Amino acid sequence: MNTLNEAPAIRVRDLVVGFGDRVVLDHLALNVRRGEILGFVGGSGSGKSVLLRTIIGLLPKRQGTIEVLGVDLGPANDEAWRALERRWGVLFQHGALFSSLTALQNVQVPMREHLVLSERLMREVALAKLEMVGLNARDGDKLPSELSGGMTKRVALARALALDPELVFLDEPTSGLDPIAAGDFDELIRTLQQTLGLTVFMVTHDLESLNTVCDRIAALADGKVIAIGSISEMRRSPHPWMKAYFQGKRGRKLSPGLSAMES
Amino acid sequence: MSPSPYLRAVDRDGKTELAAAGSWTASHATELERVIDAVDGDAAVAKAAAINMRGIEAFDTYGAWLLERLIRSHEARGQILPIVGLAERYQGLLEEVRHVNREATDAKADANFVVLTLETVGRGVENLGRDLVMFVNMLGSLCFAAMAMVLKPRSFRLMSAVHHLDRVAWQAVPIILLITFLIGGIIAQQGFFHFRKFGADDYVVDMVGILILRELGVLIVAIMVAGRSGSSYTAEIGSMKMREEIDALRTMGLDPVSILLLPRVVALVIALPLLTFLGSMAALYGGGLVAWLYGGMNPEIFIARLKEAISLTHFKVGLIKAPFMALAIGVVACSEGLKVRGSSESLGLQTTASVVKSIFLVIVLDGLFAIFFASIGM
Repeated sequence: MNTLNEAPAIRVRDLVVGFGDRVVLDHLALNVRRGEILGFVGGSGSGKSVLLRTIIGLLPKRQGTIEVLGVDLGPANDEAWRALERRWGVLFQHGALFSSLTALQNVQVPMREHLVLSERLMREVALAKLEMVGLNARDGDKLPSELSGGMTKRVALARALALDPELVFLDEPTSGLDPIAAGDFDELIRTLQQTLGLTVFMVTHDLESLNTVCDRIAALADGKVIAIGSISEMRRSPHPWMKAYFQGKRGRKLSPGLSAMES
Repeated sequence: MSPSPYLRAVDRDGKTELAAAGSWTASHATELERVIDAVDGDAAVAKAAAINMRGIEAFDTYGAWLLERLIRSHEARGQILPIVGLAERYQGLLEEVRHVNREATDAKADANFVVLTLETVGRGVENLGRDLVMFVNMLGSLCFAAMAMVLKPRSFRLMSAVHHLDRVAWQAVPIILLITFLIGGIIAQQGFFHFRKFGADDYVVDMVGILILRELGVLIVAIMVAGRSGSSYTAEIGSMKMREEIDALRTMGLDPVSILLLPRVVALVIALPLLTFLGSMAALYGGGLVAWLYGGMNPEIFIARLKEAISLTHFKVGLIKAPFMALAIGVVACSEGLKVRGSSESLGLQTTASVVKSIFLVIVLDGLFAIFFASIGM
């Protein structure tokens, strides 16, 4: 973990992504610094998930360059991709746990694929990961269909963290959780980020988590990043969508003091 | 490439100390585990006063856990192994690992072979009983829904039934015609080949006619339908079950049996006799064609022989069986579909079970009908 390395964790330049004649991302540029938690916001259908899926290589891009952890993804061959995929973890919105494997086996999948480990060590580390995300050893033997929504997200997070990645992508990690569980989850991400030295790229709608865990926030509208900065900078943005988002009823409710001070 | 992990006992101010170096990370975990196990078993090292982590270059959960494991194994022997010189930024990680794996979670103990076999057999019998109950249960609820339909015909989902009829009957026609045509031809060819040896060519027509109309036509079509439509019913209902669509229907006060299952089963019960008729005709056609081209029997003679050999009874025997077989296929497909649990694996499992069980039931039914028709002289 070379956190001192100055190359940004993610560097996106001039990215264009579209489907048919609809352009979703229009010459988008974005930098994610190492070791930060970047919250990514945007209206429904604005292309947040498209950006995430393009960065991790699930969608093709039309134009532009993407560099992740100092590796340019354009010319990268299969081997470079495999090496890179070891260094990041992805938490999908609905968990995407393999339904025929137990929680513990789900966490072990990337270990089996990428590392050569003894069964004992694999079991112990996988259990350790499950405990680190707040589950206990008994939950490890459950199948995904027997897990609650919050537990599914935790197992998915443990799986994303299985290889001790440098970078994790979280797609709406707190959606579908109750406020207490969402708060716990935020705290968990914060703790893990600090202990493991992670860079976190988090797509979210949760104003609370933007407020509490994110170092910086980026906002996506009209296919571009319209603003990036801390939450107070976001609140000052003149863009109408940003105003509606951060100074709307729910946005104001979170930190009335701050809003009152600014207005 | 980062340097290999390293752990060695060194002398320091007259005391033994473990000196660690290299990268203690996931990619070196196997090596590291070996190094640590070697050190752990060493009697000379057991007296070590501390473990010095100053030389560590990289450290992650894997390294932290293996370090913790070494310390715990010392603790189990009543020794304390303090850690010195671990960089500040790794302290939090180690602290995190300190709390994990405290509960004993041994992998499941292997049971006795005899016990295991007995358990498997017992569970098998239990499942068989449960299947039987479920079959009867499903048959009952379908009958109930059908009664309700008769009393209130407007409640029947006609559109849905027509849609399924299109899928299981109309769209199945080409493949059914092809297969039965080929089977009819093959039976005739085999008949000519073997019957010719004792000059019984003429009886090939009897064999083809009776075999196809009484048994093979309906049996082949039923097996095809079980594989083609029964499996798709199970998969559809199963995936609806997985996505809680069936629960959603229930909560809206709608009965899944009359909305989802009854139209499907009704479509199947209508489709199978129709397909059996078409299939039998195609098989006879195939038989006639082979008789003409391979056996040298004129089509007029074939038809004349056929008229003598078969009666309406044979045709009826085949057709009467069809709706019952369709019902068996439909009931099995629906009850297997409802048995699907959350995982994609169980969907595959139940779809397979549906096809296997319905084919088995079709053949058993055919046997029962054979006894029945023999005893009433049909």
